[in-house]
Amino acid sequence: MYVILKNEKIAENTYEMRLAGDTSEIARPGQFVNVKIDGFFLRRPISVCDYEDGEITLIYKVVGGGTEKMSRLPAGERLDVLTGLGNGYDLAASGQKPLLIGGGAGVPPLYFLAKKLVAQGKEVSVILGFNKKEEVFYEEKFRALGAKVSVTTADGSYGVKGFVTAVRPEHTYVYACGPEPMLKAVYGAYEGGGEYSFEERMGCGFGACMGCTCKTIAGNKRICKEGPVLKKEEIVW
Amino acid sequence: MVDTKTALSGWELDNPVIPASGTFGFGQEFAAFYDLGILGSIALKGTTKEPRFGNPTPRIAECTEGMLNSVGLQNPGVHKVIKEELPELKKIFPKKAIANVGGFSEEEYVYVASLFDKEEQIGLIELNVSCPNVHAGGMSFGTDPKKVESLTRAVKAAVKKPLYVKLSPNVTDIAEIALAAESGGADGVALINTLLGMRIDLKTKKPVLANKKGGFSGRAVFPVALRMVYDVYEAVHIPVIGMGGISRAEDVMEMMLAGASAVEVGAENLVDPFACRNMIRDLPRVMEKYGVKSLKEIIGGAHR
Repeated sequence: MYVILKNEKIAENTYEMRLAGDTSEIARPGQFVNVKIDGFFLRRPISVCDYEDGEITLIYKVVGGGTEKMSRLPAGERLDVLTGLGNGYDLAASGQKPLLIGGGAGVPPLYFLAKKLVAQGKEVSVILGFNKKEEVFYEEKFRALGAKVSVTTADGSYGVKGFVTAVRPEHTYVYACGPEPMLKAVYGAYEGGGEYSFEERMGCGFGACMGCTCKTIAGNKRICKEGPVLKKEEIVW
Repeated sequence: MVDTKTALSGWELDNPVIPASGTFGFGQEFAAFYDLGILGSIALKGTTKEPRFGNPTPRIAECTEGMLNSVGLQNPGVHKVIKEELPELKKIFPKKAIANVGGFSEEEYVYVASLFDKEEQIGLIELNVSCPNVHAGGMSFGTDPKKVESLTRAVKAAVKKPLYVKLSPNVTDIAEIALAAESGGADGVALINTLLGMRIDLKTKKPVLANKKGGFSGRAVFPVALRMVYDVYEAVHIPVIGMGGISRAEDVMEMMLAGASAVEVGAENLVDPFACRNMIRDLPRVMEKYGVKSLKEIIGGAHR
């Protein structure tokens, strides 16, 4: 059981939740947790935005009834959460100038990743893509880590107008997380190595139900277990 | 001290709680959560002759108190299951498991069942004639009493271990199908597989599942499953494994009173990986609460 320390709106339809509880299962950036919400049968998989000993930060978007209910949970409430799920990003592959590209709800796991890479002395560039100004979050937090940050909005109401591919910083490796059309565009726009984090409807989130399996060059992979992060060279669109 | 033991065709189980096929993989994912040795047995992921990817995604959809799946028998194929999964399972589960056999032809069912029949780790064979997510085979066998009878007879002739036929609820009269399995020589029946259902996404105005329809399971189906177990118990003279929406120790007892000799727990494992452990832990207390000394004694008790 985890205790909600904070659950606040940080942008349009976007909430930041801080939880107190066991963090020993969390090993790598890009992993996720699976949250039980009363009144909903399946858990909600949400990527880990950040954690320190005994505290987890999640950022989630309200997309339906479950996350809407989650957004109304007050501090002090207890939450049933499975942690340490999924494979996460491989930090060793980054090279000296990793480029992190996130779209919307795909931004949060990149924060934890950026933090780790900066700590390793890497020159981190980040592209954060949103639909519009009201949805933008964490720009300053990424900057505070020491990352070079570009923000794009589809309607041009903030930062560079266009999709995440509108800016092309110098880089050695790409880490991406976001909706599939964004991942596909990034995949096509960048040569060289990278890791892409995928979303899929999940039953369990820990590899038992085979609900989220996808085909890859390296065989069938469960997005929740051998994913959500796939190496660029193994992706089959 | 209460007695939670039960038996299936002479095979003694410490307790009646068995994770259902398709919700527990080959055990590995759950070994991280608790010691699997406490389970009555484990029903392994449905296995076919050849490896299968299953259906396209999305293949999971949420419902009120339940879920739909259209996985479609994804599995590594019987040879890999026997060569790789069973030895791995042995390391984490000392008891015998239930092999769930899927197929697309009588020949395939016989082939896969006879391979599992040679494995000492397998306690009984569950013949899956009820998967709603494959186009040929699966449920198309399980909704026709004549096909169920002849398939059961063919597989029974090829195996020595107890053969249980897993039945589809998507029929007019499930007792008729159970009787057909019994006539074909089944040692028992297991029910229910999932109920065929669907969801439509209001945003896209299209079915949520790529396969459009899928199997509905979870707590919501419990009363339907219980009624079907009750009906089948009345009709046949072979043991029944009851399943469908079981989520707590009380449900286990209800299912046994309806006629189940053991139960399988499915969807609940996916939302609460500790579900089976908790049920096994709670059973003695719930038995005491309702004055039940031995689970075996209550099997079919609601009919008396």
